[in-house]
Amino acid sequence: MMPKRNTSNAVAALLCAALVLLPVYSAVSGNIFILTLFTRIVIFALAAASLNLIMGYGGMMSFGHAAYLGIGGYAVGILATEGVGSGFIQWPVALAVSALFALVIGALSLRTRGVYFIMITLAFAQMAYYVASALSRYGGDDGLTIYKRSDFAGLINLSDRTQFYYFCLACLFGGLYLIWRIVNSRFGLVVQGVRSNEQRMQAIGFHANRYRLVCFVIAGAICGLAGALLANNTDFVSPAVMYWTRSGDLMVMVILGGMGSLFGPVLGAIVYLLLEELLSQFTEYTGLILGPVLLLIVVFARGGIMGLLGRMSRG
Amino acid sequence: MYLVVEQLLNGLQFGLLLFLLAAGLTLVFGIMDFVNLAHGSLYMMGAYFAATFAAWTGSFVLGSVMALGATLLLGIALEYVALRHLYGRDHLDQVLATFGLILFFNDAVRLIWGPAGLALPLPAWLTVPVQIIPGIYYPAYRLAIIAVALAVAALLYIVVMRTRVGMLIRAGASNREMIGALGINIKLLFTLVFGLGAALAGLAGLMQAPILTVQIGMGENILILAFVIIVIGGIGSIRGAFLAAIFVGMIDTLGRAFLPDLLRKVLSGAAASTAAPALSSMLIYLLMAIVLVVRPEGLFPAAKR
Repeated sequence: MMPKRNTSNAVAALLCAALVLLPVYSAVSGNIFILTLFTRIVIFALAAASLNLIMGYGGMMSFGHAAYLGIGGYAVGILATEGVGSGFIQWPVALAVSALFALVIGALSLRTRGVYFIMITLAFAQMAYYVASALSRYGGDDGLTIYKRSDFAGLINLSDRTQFYYFCLACLFGGLYLIWRIVNSRFGLVVQGVRSNEQRMQAIGFHANRYRLVCFVIAGAICGLAGALLANNTDFVSPAVMYWTRSGDLMVMVILGGMGSLFGPVLGAIVYLLLEELLSQFTEYTGLILGPVLLLIVVFARGGIMGLLGRMSRG
Repeated sequence: MYLVVEQLLNGLQFGLLLFLLAAGLTLVFGIMDFVNLAHGSLYMMGAYFAATFAAWTGSFVLGSVMALGATLLLGIALEYVALRHLYGRDHLDQVLATFGLILFFNDAVRLIWGPAGLALPLPAWLTVPVQIIPGIYYPAYRLAIIAVALAVAALLYIVVMRTRVGMLIRAGASNREMIGALGINIKLLFTLVFGLGAALAGLAGLMQAPILTVQIGMGENILILAFVIIVIGGIGSIRGAFLAAIFVGMIDTLGRAFLPDLLRKVLSGAAASTAAPALSSMLIYLLMAIVLVVRPEGLFPAAKR
């Protein structure tokens, strides 16, 4: 079902090269906007990749993944507001809090399966959303403005557009490498085995839920990192980032690109956000086109873009 | 005392409204195994249709009836054009496709009716307060919602439990393949059920419209509540949806009304006023999480598959 190795590898290599060279293009052409746009895309690609780890490889259909975006973002924002500007403190805290949240909700949610799992993860994300809305000290509904980006003691300057882009890109590549290593490790194989046949894995002697939970926590932490990046990118974090439609967006990116393929979510994020951006230049009513396009993709292009590529290469 | 009665009635009214939404959702979910995120959009369309038709005809009741017909037709058209290609597909595919429909409907509404909300004014005879018990008055319109929703619930019960179509619907919910194999035109049944669900969602939307404003995205919050209800009630179970809807409506309304005061007794004023809105919004989700952890199949699961 996955595309032939050579096609997908070629696409992935091309994608990476394009992403690495993008700031060069931006500098030469003087098109700053494209760099800003792609910074956002790269961050969402990281979030989508983390969702893909649990959805595509682990078979855990989380509909609350945007919660970690918010938690990572609020960790940075709240610490910044309280005068802790160092990224060396902010970022580990963002990761740790996201992981902790994932641990708690994962431990509870993983008792359910299927559509119930979709709903319970959604419920927890909505709770996080309402908690954030109630943080009146930190902006409440209106959100929290971050006046100073994370400070990495001169190692890297996040306020510099190009440096920040490469920083995000490094996080994306790092995240993808980690996911790739996980998926191909013994641990990852067990997780995928549980997705295919839970009973059998249990019978062989694996504690299925423990493996799932660890996988869930890792994905949460990676998405928390994406949240910290996003907060730095927009200098702002608000409850809206955790709203369930955001989680829907992330799911769309993963499915659009191709679930269970390493670069699928990256491709999905690029296509989805570019499409949104392009359409918004023509019309104010992007949903009129984007919505039916999604529908058509689901009906006619199973397995997302990566699946489509696979079918093309097979002829 | 007055406040308690009023809030109880508000809770009942909200719960019944949620039931109308959840009933359609749980039927579609239970019978066709189809996750329809766009159900909230049908709720929104019901409200917009009602506001438009009421303005055209100058009559609230006539406008509502026309809006009901319009959402029924819209639901059937939607099922016929798009959704029937998604039956039997992965739940995730359905989530994605209907998520696309939400985007579509939101922008379609923005294009047609503009970004500002609409108001659906009530006729004078529905705005007067009615004395329900000596000394206690309650808005006539909210009483009307309770009455209509109860009547619809009763009708739904009769249709599902006492008629041949209802028998097929129940049979479909417990074993789809089997009733198809018995020679029932399952496609027609699906379309019918979907249209029915759409009309119920439209009804909920148009009844809620005079209380809140008619606006884009109004279906999204309440859709999640409806999902919570069918998950708590047990997917595919109308009875479960009914009980869970009342339960959720009560908890949400009473929580919002009384939790702040309760918290103020325990916590300091500032802490309470911060915690109360968050906690009362969270109550339902908390409830669902607890139910799912304790009884992963919901409180009243439909017949075993």
